[in-house]
Amino acid sequence: MTALLAVYLREMLILRRRLGRQILAMGVSPLLYVLTFGLALGGSVQVAGRGYLEFLIPGLAAMSSMTQAFAMAGEINVARFYLRVFEEFQAAPIPRISYVLGETLAGLTRAMLAIAIVLALGYLFGVRLYYGPAFWAALALNAFAFASLAVAMAMLVKTHADQALLNNFIITPMAFLGGTFFPLESLPGWARGALNLLPLSHASKAARNAAFGLGTPLHSYAYLALAGLAFLLLAIWAVSKARD
Amino acid sequence: MLRIENLAKSFGPTQALRGLSLTVGRGELFAFLGPNGAGKTTTIRILNGLSRLDSGKAMIDGLDIGAKPLAVKRQCGLVAQHTNLDGELTVWENLDLHGRLYGLGRSERRRRAQEHLDYVEMADRAKSQVKTLSGGLKRRLMIARALMHGPNLLFLDEPTVGLDPAIRRRIWALIKKINQDGVTVFLTTHYIEEAEFLAFRVGFINEGRLVADGPPQAIMDDLGQWAVDTYGPGGHATSFFAERSDAGSFIQSQGLACSVRRVNLEDAFLSLTGRRLP
Repeated sequence: MTALLAVYLREMLILRRRLGRQILAMGVSPLLYVLTFGLALGGSVQVAGRGYLEFLIPGLAAMSSMTQAFAMAGEINVARFYLRVFEEFQAAPIPRISYVLGETLAGLTRAMLAIAIVLALGYLFGVRLYYGPAFWAALALNAFAFASLAVAMAMLVKTHADQALLNNFIITPMAFLGGTFFPLESLPGWARGALNLLPLSHASKAARNAAFGLGTPLHSYAYLALAGLAFLLLAIWAVSKARD
Repeated sequence: MLRIENLAKSFGPTQALRGLSLTVGRGELFAFLGPNGAGKTTTIRILNGLSRLDSGKAMIDGLDIGAKPLAVKRQCGLVAQHTNLDGELTVWENLDLHGRLYGLGRSERRRRAQEHLDYVEMADRAKSQVKTLSGGLKRRLMIARALMHGPNLLFLDEPTVGLDPAIRRRIWALIKKINQDGVTVFLTTHYIEEAEFLAFRVGFINEGRLVADGPPQAIMDDLGQWAVDTYGPGGHATSFFAERSDAGSFIQSQGLACSVRRVNLEDAFLSLTGRRLP
């Protein structure tokens, strides 16, 4: 537990030092999406009986929770390949799970901050939705899954440059196809089935349902929890592969 | 304190260690000397859990590094060859986080951080961000950090590489003090003078194998006491003699440009491996 907190605390100390810059960076992309898709393109569009901006904000929150949690991979890679601080963790008498959970919780914290920024942006543009426990639970599960995946990928890549490829092949497509910008229900059955394999699709759906006061899709929460568990186990295994 | 038996490690087709065996006794200051790529850092990385071994066995304080990795790590401190501090954090935060990783309580962390900053004469830099420190101060901080949890065995991987001579001397004095305070020191270096100045015992490693092991003087005595460097049309050659008078007679018989000097560890290394240290 002490070791887990040490790993987490290190990330938080770094985050605190960069907080101003970090908040600005976390806000830029959602602001651009709100301006271009939410206001300029979708200003007169209705989706599922709601204005497009209302539809967009929970999706953007889900997307930001994913991107910011996964951004931990970049932080870990800097610590591993550039600062070489990762060696300090490797040489320390700590179980692998403590390291993984410490980094995963740090990713979760970053994701929560990013979600708060998206919701604040939505509020500024007049979006008033209900952000209760079910909303936060869905996004926390999503962030946990992607933070765990980030730790795993950061351990498995061989160079810092590989990390950019992962973002291009995994995160960017998922951001656009995971139900952030359009309802998956409008797609043909085969496409909907394929995109429902993406954790972000479930996070977007669960977050929207919670924010709109609709029913709770328990299978989506279960899917996210299972994905999180699978990625966590992958990360624990990957830490031992990171030696050499 | 440390026993290594037939350690082997390959990176793809490259054999970094080829059956390395050695022991280091409690309280010793052991210098592991060899050229770049000889296997020194690989050995240290394996002993500290940063690399896997392919075969062989290593025991630290009677504990097998493969069977009891966490218990072994508690016994060891590591100062890596490159700086691996958190540049964005302060000196104090780097020490405090290390203490947390080794399970030290709050008051113990505070006491030890202060004690070790005093030890490396950096108490006035506690609140400095690490990225603002000079190379020598960073190296001293890495030593303080490695000592934070009270290791019995301290690994120093090329601790003075890249430092200027004055700072190097200061680090040497610190290493001597650490050893005199009861910590066993395992030091890798490719600086002959560093090994000669610091170590009770020296191990020569070349191409992943231990080629000599013993007190520096004993290794040099195997060659003789005196060396004569001869510079002729065929290039440079060195001959060794037990007595200075024998060296003098040799010089007179040569009729070439010659110089006489004491035998050093580099002579011994060259004689055993055919390679010069950089």
